[in-house]
Amino acid sequence: MGRFIVRRLILAVPTLLMISFVLFAVLSLAPGDPLSQFAANPAVPPEVRENIKRSLGLDQPWPIRYVKWLLSMVQGDWGFSFGSRIPVWELLKLRIPSTLAVVGTAYLVSLVLAVPIGIVSALRQYSLMDHVATTLAFIGFSLPTFFTGLLLIITFSVKLQMLPFIYDSTLQVRDMDTLAAQLKQSIMPIAVLALFQTATVVRYTRASVLENLPLDYVRTARSKGLAQPTVIGRHVVRNSLIPVVTLVALSAPTVFSGALITEQIFRVPGIGALLINSIQNSDTPVVMAITFTFSVLVVLFNLLADVIYGVLDPRIRYD
Amino acid sequence: MRRTAYLLSAWTLVLAACGPAAQPAAPTSAPAAAQPTAAAAAKPTTAPAAAATTAPAAAATTAPAAAATTAPAAAAKPTEAAKPAAGGRGAGAMLKILYWQAPTILNSHLAQGTKDYDAARLVIEPLAAAGPDGKPVPLLAAEVPTVDNGGVSKDLKTVTWKLKPGIKWSDGSDFTADDVVFTYQYMSDEKTAATDSEQAEGVESVTAKDPTTVVVTWKEPNPNPYQLFVSGQSNIIQKKQFQDFMGEKAKDAPGNLKPIGTGPYKVTEFKPGDVVTYEINDQYRDKDKPFFKTVQLKGGGDATSAARAVFQTGDFDYGWNLQVESQVLTQLQQGGKGDMITATSGNVERLLINFADPNAQGDQRGEPTTKHPFFSDLNVRKAFAMAVDRKSMADQLYGVAGKPTCNIVTAPEAVVSKNTDTMDVCKYDVAAANKMLDDAGWAKGSDGIRAKGGVKMSVIYQTTVNPLRQKEQDIVKKGWEQLGVQVELKSVDAGVFFSSDAGNPDTAGHFFTDVEMYTNGPEQPDTTNYLAGWLTSKIAQKSNEWRLSNYHRWSNADYDQLYNQLTKETDQAKRNDLVIKMNDMLVSQVVVIPLVARASPVSGKSKQLQGNQPNPWDSELWNVADWTKAP
Amino acid sequence: MATTVTAQDLVRSPAVAEPVLRRPARSLWSDAWHQFRRHRLAMLGVVVFLALIALTLLGPLLYHTPTDAIDYSQGLLGPSVDHPFGTDDLGRDLLARALIGGRVSLAVGVVAVLISITFGTLIGSIAGFFGGQVDGLLMRFTDLFLALPALPLLLLTIYLFRDVLRKAFGPEVGIFLLIVAVIGMLNWMPCSRLVRAAFLSIKQKEFIEAARCVGAKDSRLMFSHILPNTLSVIIVAATVNVGQAIITESALSFLGLGFPPDVPTWGRLLYDAQNFLDLAPHWAIFPGLLIFLTVLSINYIGDGMRDALDPRKTH
Repeated sequence: MGRFIVRRLILAVPTLLMISFVLFAVLSLAPGDPLSQFAANPAVPPEVRENIKRSLGLDQPWPIRYVKWLLSMVQGDWGFSFGSRIPVWELLKLRIPSTLAVVGTAYLVSLVLAVPIGIVSALRQYSLMDHVATTLAFIGFSLPTFFTGLLLIITFSVKLQMLPFIYDSTLQVRDMDTLAAQLKQSIMPIAVLALFQTATVVRYTRASVLENLPLDYVRTARSKGLAQPTVIGRHVVRNSLIPVVTLVALSAPTVFSGALITEQIFRVPGIGALLINSIQNSDTPVVMAITFTFSVLVVLFNLLADVIYGVLDPRIRYD
Repeated sequence: MRRTAYLLSAWTLVLAACGPAAQPAAPTSAPAAAQPTAAAAAKPTTAPAAAATTAPAAAATTAPAAAATTAPAAAAKPTEAAKPAAGGRGAGAMLKILYWQAPTILNSHLAQGTKDYDAARLVIEPLAAAGPDGKPVPLLAAEVPTVDNGGVSKDLKTVTWKLKPGIKWSDGSDFTADDVVFTYQYMSDEKTAATDSEQAEGVESVTAKDPTTVVVTWKEPNPNPYQLFVSGQSNIIQKKQFQDFMGEKAKDAPGNLKPIGTGPYKVTEFKPGDVVTYEINDQYRDKDKPFFKTVQLKGGGDATSAARAVFQTGDFDYGWNLQVESQVLTQLQQGGKGDMITATSGNVERLLINFADPNAQGDQRGEPTTKHPFFSDLNVRKAFAMAVDRKSMADQLYGVAGKPTCNIVTAPEAVVSKNTDTMDVCKYDVAAANKMLDDAGWAKGSDGIRAKGGVKMSVIYQTTVNPLRQKEQDIVKKGWEQLGVQVELKSVDAGVFFSSDAGNPDTAGHFFTDVEMYTNGPEQPDTTNYLAGWLTSKIAQKSNEWRLSNYHRWSNADYDQLYNQLTKETDQAKRNDLVIKMNDMLVSQVVVIPLVARASPVSGKSKQLQGNQPNPWDSELWNVADWTKAP
Repeated sequence: MATTVTAQDLVRSPAVAEPVLRRPARSLWSDAWHQFRRHRLAMLGVVVFLALIALTLLGPLLYHTPTDAIDYSQGLLGPSVDHPFGTDDLGRDLLARALIGGRVSLAVGVVAVLISITFGTLIGSIAGFFGGQVDGLLMRFTDLFLALPALPLLLLTIYLFRDVLRKAFGPEVGIFLLIVAVIGMLNWMPCSRLVRAAFLSIKQKEFIEAARCVGAKDSRLMFSHILPNTLSVIIVAATVNVGQAIITESALSFLGLGFPPDVPTWGRLLYDAQNFLDLAPHWAIFPGLLIFLTVLSINYIGDGMRDALDPRKTH
């Protein structure tokens, strides 16, 4: 296993290099212009736009720009945002607290809720509880988050005037009052995100547990005299977790940049919102930094998932 | 899949919100005829308590505002007359402003859009603001230089600005003419790549005659002496703070995020792309202002939820650019907490007619040497114009945000043509249009589509992705289908449509379709630059990588001549005449089909917020120092 | 003469006994079908899904209200006899729009998911089965796609291929192909990871070893032995993705990357309706309900399929 991990980590380097190259190529070749806001503006004539482009280094062909970017990346310089002219790293740092507070929490909440619900759903297949859980799960992933978010806003902010719907990132939690305020402003975005993520995990968990329940070893365990909780907890769950682990590992990096709609709707200044705005403004250095970090996380979490498979199911061998 | 769905849906939200507003940025025109809705409504609804405690002051605040919005005559000195409602500096709490595009930089010279100019304007300011009627309002200048008071030389080559004495920067140092000179050098340095460098175009020199006098000399006589240093695009920055960061080093300036300014506020904290927090600048020259202790300018999200925040929940006092369907706005305003404020601007949503052939093969595609199969016939163009129901469009889709118009120049008041009211192309008459096409030889085929000489009358009509625009397209399409024209709709991502990418066929500049639609308008009350957009010398084509502004490929020697006269004419009345003539030509020749004169601003404010003066020529926050809030 | 029952008589079985003793031959598939039929919810799902398809295919032929008749006086009306789903802000009938748009939504949903599931399963099964370098290579390929930002990639793809497809297949079919390809190609990755994980686990089981001993070829092992056991995962992935595909398609059309703006797909109707949610909730409720029913029915069909095809379930 140790050798496997080392080998994968070494493999990760050329993988990431290739990914970064493709990313850069796609971003450079895709249509879009950091200065499109000025296109129809007679006060910013073409010569001025060309000038600005030159100052941003955009007049050079993209392979050259890629190499420049790579060389600076390796030295720890992630470049400057075209929009704010500040180091990209500074921009990212500002976003991490809000991202963790809202998106990170939602991710954890969904895990904590979904796995038990999925298991119980499978155990009591087609019972009332299962039907309710199933229906809620379907509502969760057949309705887009902009919709559920909007519903919550209209219900709780507009009609009931109970919760604020615009996230204030300047709020610092110092005492009970500010803690309460922070909870009030984050509960809706967390609910929207968690609903969505919980729905998917519940479905996979339920399906997986249902698969395992009729298997022979369960019968064996029961006939050995083990109590139901032990049978489920120690045997079934462990074997059912493989697809769940896959999903959890796949979605962990999305905390970093995935909750775009929710961040937009509730104006949570997270990394997802930064990504979408940077793409819109063709702010390439920021987009590269975020997507590259995202790909590093993807590679790492997939490695983690593979390692966990080995732990969960000792029969899995990596040749 | 989720991730994609997230990404795409968020993107669409953002785009949808950004729609028509996002293009020609900043402060644009408005004649004084603003909607009285806001100011008038504000008066009776402000709480009786407020009226009781602040009666004389309240009259003072609302009266000039009402005067400015309802009277077409120039609002005298609105900034001077308005006084805070109750108490002076710092009497109010936090002013909460909501923009659905977040500011990313506070140095307005490197700004990328209105949001940045506006956010910067609380801190740095120009010598004079462009007032709601188009005339300058002195801020850092002691008075506005004119030919009459000798500030502008008779040959129109020199402008002398006298600065107010005793003004200090927020760090305590003195504001002098050197700072103004430095600002010019900063803006005009090519390597700085300032986005407002065009304002310094044609300047011979800017010198400091003495610490309170600045002399601007133009290379050629300039009939527009207020091209530089008036309005939110040439804010004065502190020499001391920025002198080490000119040229290529411009991006490293810490002042980009925390500029030192002469304005009513200074920056406490700036999170780019998220929120700006300001506090009172103790050195501000007017000791009685500003009213609000702190300001929070939050960005992000979409226009509709911004409207909710102002009108339904009252969480915010001011919501910028509420580009929302008018029925939704009406319903949201029933929340009772806020009002819309609007002013007619020079921004016009228009249809562009292509005079070249967008379907020519290969390199000839869209080249000015080709001729459009049917748009080269004036009568056909007229027919198309007469089948556009601009009134329904404006009433149903825009509401307070726009008025139907048949002028391409809609502001300032002095240059608005009255001649188009009677032009035939400005009437909505489908029957007459049908007759014109019949007479021109375009007969309806068996499929109902007109054809002539084997050519079918089929158009591709493109615009940006935006729900409002898509509805406009539906309306226009329905009209043209009644003429027997086949219409195919196309919508392009705004970032692509307005890009200058030479390789992308979908840009507005390439104009590889028959008709396209977007909004544009003059940046300053002087429309010379704007009208240059239709010159023969500005035709966009392959050889200039479609970078110039005459997308129509239209060429008319008479128009070019009028423009030449305009650049040389010094008499204001004659200038106005020339502008009107040029407008009339563009409309009567159906080079453009103007649709809606858009209001700017189109913002929402809390009913208790007072002191706003909607101003289409300058930043919306241009007089934030005068804003107050009734308790 | 007394009848003597000879041995021969006994051997030649009387005709009357035959139907009772002999049963018609049943293949595994018909076994599965029978099992499926017994699953009530699955059958309900089939009925609902077929009803939706029928509605969208035949509905517009029977319901003649035009989809694009703009009439401001009829704007934002609630459900009524004239307009069973109500009208939008331009006065257009929502039922007509939903029926026409439903064709596109259902087609896109199903085809895009088929593409992503097929591709994902293929990649995942090959990777999981062969392991080693093949696995490494394929998984890095998957990582690459996971890491790519969807939006610039979409802009690039559409920009490169839209005109080509339009010329080759005509505007509607060309765009349709482009969209399902794009949605499919952006969503196969989770499926491939899931299938690979399942393969890794099942590959080690004894019955595979047994089959190998008997001489089964790799392809047979993969597709006849392991794959059926991974079906439950694939089915869940498919059902989760259908609703997503329908909604992603609406997002695409907003970027100007999808169907022309006047095609009223369900996702698009939902999107158009959001600003009017408190003013005219009917506008959003109906398309939302339709998407919900589609997802629900497909899911129950999936449940039924899983139960029916599960070799371990006792029939």
